[in-house]
Amino acid sequence: MNLLAVSNLSASLGRRRVLSDVSFTIGPSEFVGLIGPNGAGKSTLLKAALGLVASQGGISIAGRDAAMISARERASNIAYVAQEHEIAWAIPVEAVVALGRTPHRPGFAAASSADHAAVEQAMRRMEVDAFRDRAATDLSGGEKARVLIARALAQETPLLLADEPTAGLDPSHQITLMRLFASLTKQGRSVVASLHDLGLAARWCSRLILIDQGRIVADGPPDTVLTVESLGSVYGVDAYFGTAAGRPVIQPLDLIASPTQDKPEDNHDRT
Amino acid sequence: MTDTARYRALLGVLSLLVAVLFVLSLTVGPAAIAFGDSIKALFSGKADAIALIMREIRLPRALLGLMIGATLGLSGAALQGYLRNPLAEPGLIGVSASASLGAVLAIYSGLTIAFPLALPLSALLAAMIAVLVVQALAGRGSNTLAIILAGVAVSSLAGAMTSLALNLSPNPFAALEIMFWMLGSLTDRSMTHVWLAAPFMLVGWVLLLMLGRALDALTLGADAAASMGIDMRRVQQLAVLGTAASVGAATAVAGAIGFVGLVVPHLLRPLVGARPSRLLPASALGGAAVVLAADILVRLIAPGRDLKLGVLTAIVGAPFFLWLVYRERRRLA
Repeated sequence: MNLLAVSNLSASLGRRRVLSDVSFTIGPSEFVGLIGPNGAGKSTLLKAALGLVASQGGISIAGRDAAMISARERASNIAYVAQEHEIAWAIPVEAVVALGRTPHRPGFAAASSADHAAVEQAMRRMEVDAFRDRAATDLSGGEKARVLIARALAQETPLLLADEPTAGLDPSHQITLMRLFASLTKQGRSVVASLHDLGLAARWCSRLILIDQGRIVADGPPDTVLTVESLGSVYGVDAYFGTAAGRPVIQPLDLIASPTQDKPEDNHDRT
Repeated sequence: MTDTARYRALLGVLSLLVAVLFVLSLTVGPAAIAFGDSIKALFSGKADAIALIMREIRLPRALLGLMIGATLGLSGAALQGYLRNPLAEPGLIGVSASASLGAVLAIYSGLTIAFPLALPLSALLAAMIAVLVVQALAGRGSNTLAIILAGVAVSSLAGAMTSLALNLSPNPFAALEIMFWMLGSLTDRSMTHVWLAAPFMLVGWVLLLMLGRALDALTLGADAAASMGIDMRRVQQLAVLGTAASVGAATAVAGAIGFVGLVVPHLLRPLVGARPSRLLPASALGGAAVVLAADILVRLIAPGRDLKLGVLTAIVGAPFFLWLVYRERRRLA
């Protein structure tokens, strides 16, 4: 069964149309990288799928129409990591991670042993258990990001949507995170993460969705989505394509020289 | 868990403090009645002068101090949590200013002479109208900035209308009465005021206390909270209606008492690990303690001069708030 199915989704922010007729489905055991230039509509797509921004079109979560299920039911199916690392009050790291259990705790019930176990596991996975008692507002940007991802992991949902989860992480924690997301797929869980690092996307994701100007340009395994042509037409960059340790390596090299820059008068002006 | 134990201990200490201040409030006053006699009179069936003073003057005063303090502390904590802004206070959504305007109109029109309860009733009505306007202006979304802006607009308009009433006041006595009422006081309130305010306050408290878990989730922002299954429209309704009912009733019977709703949550936040859900009951108890203490102080500092409670809370509260800002300025930056 599909964890998330989106059909003909359109959304506008103010008067600007941000998404047009976007359709895709996310099944179990997928690690999907959502890639595209700034302003392509990646964040809006993730938010629209969760009902956080108004949209037209069909969204179904775990086989049911998203409009028909409660906020709480949605929260037990999909967890979300926002792009902004917003933490309003100086509450301890462990308490932030425990917020992920909100949809699983009825009424005023105290935390159960399952809640504690989920919080502990999430903190260990994101390596934040060492500073569990520190105020979350006193952490560095990367540490905050890890705490907030741990919070979403503690929600223990079949699907996790993460908006630029690797932003602000050092290379070791970026790779740790990518490994973790890939390992979740072994339990049948799926992750959709918007990414700017094409190298990470190519190396770790099982599938990439490339969007540009609110439309899906390509959707499939990394080697079919990331090509010389697609990088040229969407990002306007040249890239090095290679393989290392059996997996693809992509390193953007330079902007593709646009025809106007080659005009002789321009060169003349610069000299 | 030491964390939970510390929180329970804090609530215990605050409850004890409130209980002690409540008893003190009952035993302080211009009529020199011995401590033992006053408490005895409260529970005796006799109808002598002491029992009358205790039941008709001091008991309502102490009860209102307790209820209004709890209202201001609780609503301040709830609004700061909902708006994720440490500068939020109950007056921010326009309730206090509108309730004041309702009361002022009742005094100005002379309704209060014909029917004394017209004052609190008209204040409550104005508070409810203000909330409907703020809700309508802010729309159905969960836009906290829209709530703040709508509140500021409603407050300004209510303030301007109050000034107009003062400006056009037919005689200096009405103007003086309006001015004195607006300063905020618990003097000469009766049990009728208690019974009038209590139902609204209780409803407001229940609505605000239901917010606990949602406010915790809101620490991570509105989108994150919604993704954790929090219904943001319900949260907005609980926060706004709860504040309106309880603070509207408080302002209706005692006038505007400032700074309690702003300072008390600030003071207690570090003691509850900054968790908004834990801050709610702690701040309600803290607010009750502060208003009871302030109301005892106005009777001790200037007996017979009728020093207004709202004046004292502002005079003590504002410098204290400055000190808080000074201490935390690095963290606020």
